[in-house]
Amino acid sequence: MSLFDQKVSDLHELLHKKEITVSDLVETSYKRISEVEGKVQAFLTLDEENARNKAKALDERIGQADEKGLLFGMPIGIKDNIVTKNLRTTCASKILENFDPIYDATVMGKLHQAETVTIGKLNMDEFAMGSSTENSGFKDTRNPWNLDRVPGGSSGGSAAAVAAGEVLFSLGSDTGGSIRQPASFCGVVGMKPTYGLVSRFGLVAFASSLDQIGPVTRTVEDNAYLLKAIAGHDEMDSTSANVAVPDYVSALSGDIKGLKIAVPKEYLGEGVKEEVKQSVLDALKVLEKLGASWEEVSLPHSKYALSTYYLLSSSEASANLSRFDGVRYGYRSPDAQNLLDMYKMTREQGFGDEVKRRIMLGTFALSSGYYDAYYKKAQKVRTLIKKDFEDIFQKYDVIIGPTTPTPAFKIGENLADPMTMYVNDILTIPVNLAGVPGISVPCGFSEGLPLGLQIIGKHFDESLVYKVAHAFEQATDYHKQKPQL
Amino acid sequence: MSRISTDQVKHVANLARLAITEEEANTLTQQLDKIITFAEQLNEVDTDHVEPTSHVLEIKNVMREDVAKPGLPNEEVLKNAPEHQDGQIKVPPIIE
Repeated sequence: MSLFDQKVSDLHELLHKKEITVSDLVETSYKRISEVEGKVQAFLTLDEENARNKAKALDERIGQADEKGLLFGMPIGIKDNIVTKNLRTTCASKILENFDPIYDATVMGKLHQAETVTIGKLNMDEFAMGSSTENSGFKDTRNPWNLDRVPGGSSGGSAAAVAAGEVLFSLGSDTGGSIRQPASFCGVVGMKPTYGLVSRFGLVAFASSLDQIGPVTRTVEDNAYLLKAIAGHDEMDSTSANVAVPDYVSALSGDIKGLKIAVPKEYLGEGVKEEVKQSVLDALKVLEKLGASWEEVSLPHSKYALSTYYLLSSSEASANLSRFDGVRYGYRSPDAQNLLDMYKMTREQGFGDEVKRRIMLGTFALSSGYYDAYYKKAQKVRTLIKKDFEDIFQKYDVIIGPTTPTPAFKIGENLADPMTMYVNDILTIPVNLAGVPGISVPCGFSEGLPLGLQIIGKHFDESLVYKVAHAFEQATDYHKQKPQL
Repeated sequence: MSRISTDQVKHVANLARLAITEEEANTLTQQLDKIITFAEQLNEVDTDHVEPTSHVLEIKNVMREDVAKPGLPNEEVLKNAPEHQDGQIKVPPIIE
């Protein structure tokens, strides 16, 4: 039994009763890391000395007037595309192998205020481009439930570290499913908030109109606490929304009587594995017993989401990644004789294959003569995809479906053809295009691998999404099962 | 008919400032052709009277007060620079 088998609120109480210390929590992390990290490989950088020192400093303040908040002393892992001052931040790319940020992301500032303890930085697909963490420039992270399987991606390290008990919780980022898909594959809870709810300042940009930071946790309640801590308007991110952040935890009443659920037929269609469909139908029965009702609906433009997403996200990425030019930070090719060659050789040598492929696709889609046919067309289809969601939310409270079409696939299985890898994200991508919030919660197993239920809400209706997720979680025990490592 | 030629791929690589190899150019031609061909399914959708979406929230022209603040200290600017000299970032020759 690990301390991390308990919820944040219970650990907080134990701290206050002086039954445990912050140092105990931090040592729980590093002990577990020393036991299982050789197998799981979730981390790119550990911050042991600073974490231990911070734990000692926090322990002196337990119960004093300036000690505040439930997250005080809780050990957290951070995806390595969130910049951390004086702690190496690589985006799992060779081009940033030795990058030592001079500032903190806004979410890190908020975590410092909440006084969490950063354990280390977590592996990911390079620049968050991928669905398996196999595109990391440094290592393959493995699924704690089966070490031959991928943990999902791009926040594979964030999900695997939580599932393996290496940290209590973590932050990931989600552009097309990168929090929800690995959460589903690893049997943990992952939330992609409404676009604009969490500041993107200091999140190394992939596709700026889609990227969101969000929490990965073992329980819905912990997730709600962590989101509350990191959400809110930020003048450093002009796309962040100026809305009040509610107390999500107070919404977790378990009462979902009268809830109207929409189930898109496209989310239970072709390509979705039979056991995945069955797990969703079983979950709907659970929710019905709790007083909810559901109907089949259609999101008619779903089948265009994948194309729309790859054109838009790659276009945005090609612009965002132009900053990696070997001049101000990061890797610089030693081979170049002039500036132009320095740019080209630095980028050629510093980026991995998938990143180059997407930069190429995006540069093509934005280039003269193709802009209207590809980029602008995709932006228009995005409007229709968004409208599909708005139409459904006129009549229904939440949309429910699977998070992924299959459970975790084998390492190496989808590497040969980029398109087969992309198809993994068909159920999560529309949510990013519409900008609405979506959560993945454990809802079953197939061949010993976890499955995830995706619950999607209206813009800024995270409270209801959490309420439904929590009611489902409390009525089932999938979240209580742990991988044997 | 292929959507993109190897010459086009090389042109795009130059625009993207990537010194791709001949082998990469060939692989990327095939892969991009497949992705672009798939993406052309969007032509099925009638978008004649549809406005493009760039961001999902209706936020426009976010302004702030024009107040001067101190810039970054020189040592922080240079901290991650691959090469620097006399407080400046150094790059290879621009004009030969």
